[in-house]
Amino acid sequence: MALAEICKISNASYMRPSAWCSSEVENELNAFTSNIANPYTLAAPPFENPLENLNKIQANADKSGVKINFEHGTTTLGFKYQGGVILAVDSRATGGQYIGSQSMKKIVEINQFLLGTLAGGAADCVYWDRVLSKECRLHELRNKERISVAAASKIMANIAHEYKGMGLSMGMMLAGYDKHGPGLYYVDSEGSRTPGNVFSVGSGSIYAFGVLDSGYHWDLKDAEAQELGRRAIYHATFRDAYSGGIVRVYHMTQNGWIKISETDCMELHYKYKEQKEAK
Amino acid sequence: METLLGIKGPDFVMLAADTTHANSVIVMKEDENKIHQVAENLLISTVGESGDTEQFTEFIAKNIALYKMRNGYDLSPKSAAHFTRKNLAESLRSRTRYQVFMFVAGYDPNEGPELTFIDYLASAQSLNYAGHGYGSMFCASIFDRYWHENITQEEAYEVLKKCVLEIQKRLIVNLKNFNVAVVDKNGVRQLEQISSKSLLDYNAAA
Repeated sequence: MALAEICKISNASYMRPSAWCSSEVENELNAFTSNIANPYTLAAPPFENPLENLNKIQANADKSGVKINFEHGTTTLGFKYQGGVILAVDSRATGGQYIGSQSMKKIVEINQFLLGTLAGGAADCVYWDRVLSKECRLHELRNKERISVAAASKIMANIAHEYKGMGLSMGMMLAGYDKHGPGLYYVDSEGSRTPGNVFSVGSGSIYAFGVLDSGYHWDLKDAEAQELGRRAIYHATFRDAYSGGIVRVYHMTQNGWIKISETDCMELHYKYKEQKEAK
Repeated sequence: METLLGIKGPDFVMLAADTTHANSVIVMKEDENKIHQVAENLLISTVGESGDTEQFTEFIAKNIALYKMRNGYDLSPKSAAHFTRKNLAESLRSRTRYQVFMFVAGYDPNEGPELTFIDYLASAQSLNYAGHGYGSMFCASIFDRYWHENITQEEAYEVLKKCVLEIQKRLIVNLKNFNVAVVDKNGVRQLEQISSKSLLDYNAAA
C-alpha cells in the first residue's frame, strides 16, 4: 500500500475496509437520504458529467453487463380549446423491452385546478411532480390563493434548469384553470418552458400529433374534444410499442378538472374498428 | 436550426426571429416570440439550447431592470451588451454554461443605434447587420448586397423579407414565420410578421 500512501488515496472511502463505524455509516446514510428532508438535495450520480457518461455506461452495457433499464416510453397529449383544456394519456411504463406496468397514472392531480402529465423517466417525473405538489400547496397556504399555471410551470422549469446536464429525463405538460383562464404549459428536463395550445409528448407523440392536428380546431364541442384526445392516444398506442394500456382522458374546466374516461385501448380498438366497418 | 437576423440603420435597429420551437425533429410550437423587450429602448433576441435561452435572457433582463431601479436611469445599449457578454463569458468557464446566441439591439439618444452580435463563446461584435443560425448563412450575401449606410426602416424590412424568402426557398428546415421588431428613438415597435402567407405574392426581384 506504499504507493497508495504516497498518492494519499488511502483515505478515499473506497480504499477503506467497510468497517461498521457508526459515524461513517451515518454520514453515508445522510448523504444519500438528505433529499427526504429537503427534496432539492437529490444525490447526483456518482460520476462526472452524468448526462454524457450515463449514456456511455448504457452503450457499453453488452461488455460490462451493467445496464439500467429506466422506465420510459409514453404518449401524452394536451390541448386548449373553447371549453377548457383536455389532457389524454396512455398508461404503459416500459423498461427497455419489458412492460413494467399497464396501469400507470400518468396524470398527476396536483390540486383541483392543476394537472400534470408525466413522460420520460418515470422516477424523475413522479419525484419532481411530488415536489411540485408540495410547492403548490405551500403557495396556497402562504398566499391564500391558488397558484397560477404560469407560476407552477416556472417552479418546475427552474428545478429542471438547476439539474440540467445531470441526466434528468422529463417532458411534462401542466394544465390548469386560474384567474387568467385556461392554461397549458410544456416543461422539459432541458429547462424549456413554453405556453401553447396543442402539445404532445413522448415516444408516441408523433402518432398522436398526426390525429390531433388533423382533427383539432378551437371551436370543438366538449364531447368532440374529449373524443379527439382519446382517439389520438388510441392511435398512438396502436403504432407505438412503448405506449398502451388504459387511455385516460381528463377535462379541465373553470370549475376544476373532471375525469372523463379510463378505457382499455383494446376496447377502443374494437370499437373504432366496428365504427369503420359500419361505414 | 433557429434563425435570428438583425439590421442596423442610421437611427434604428431592426430584428427578426423565427417562431419555431422544435424538440429534436418535432415542431412543438409555431408562435414562440424570441425577441424580448428588456428595457424601453432595448431588445434582446435569443436562440440556442432550449431552456438556457429563456433562463439567460430573463436573468439579463431582470438585472438590467435592477440597474434602473438602483440608478434611476437605463443601461445604454452598449453597456447592456457588455454586461451580457461578461455574464456569458463567466458562465462559459463554469460546469453548466449557457449555450445561447443573441443580438442585443438598442437605441440611445446620445450613442445612437447599437447592434451587438454575441455567440455562445461570448464573442461580442458591434455590427451593421448579422445573423445567427443556419438561416443566417443564406442571408449574409443578401445583407452585403442590399444594406447601405442610409438604409431606411422600410428598406430594412424589405431586406428582411428577401432574407426570409431565401431561407424558405433554400434551407431544408421549415421556418414558417418570422417576428420582426424595431427599436428607434420612439422606443420599441412590433412590425408585421413575415410569413410564408405574407410572402405569397411577394416578388423579391421587383
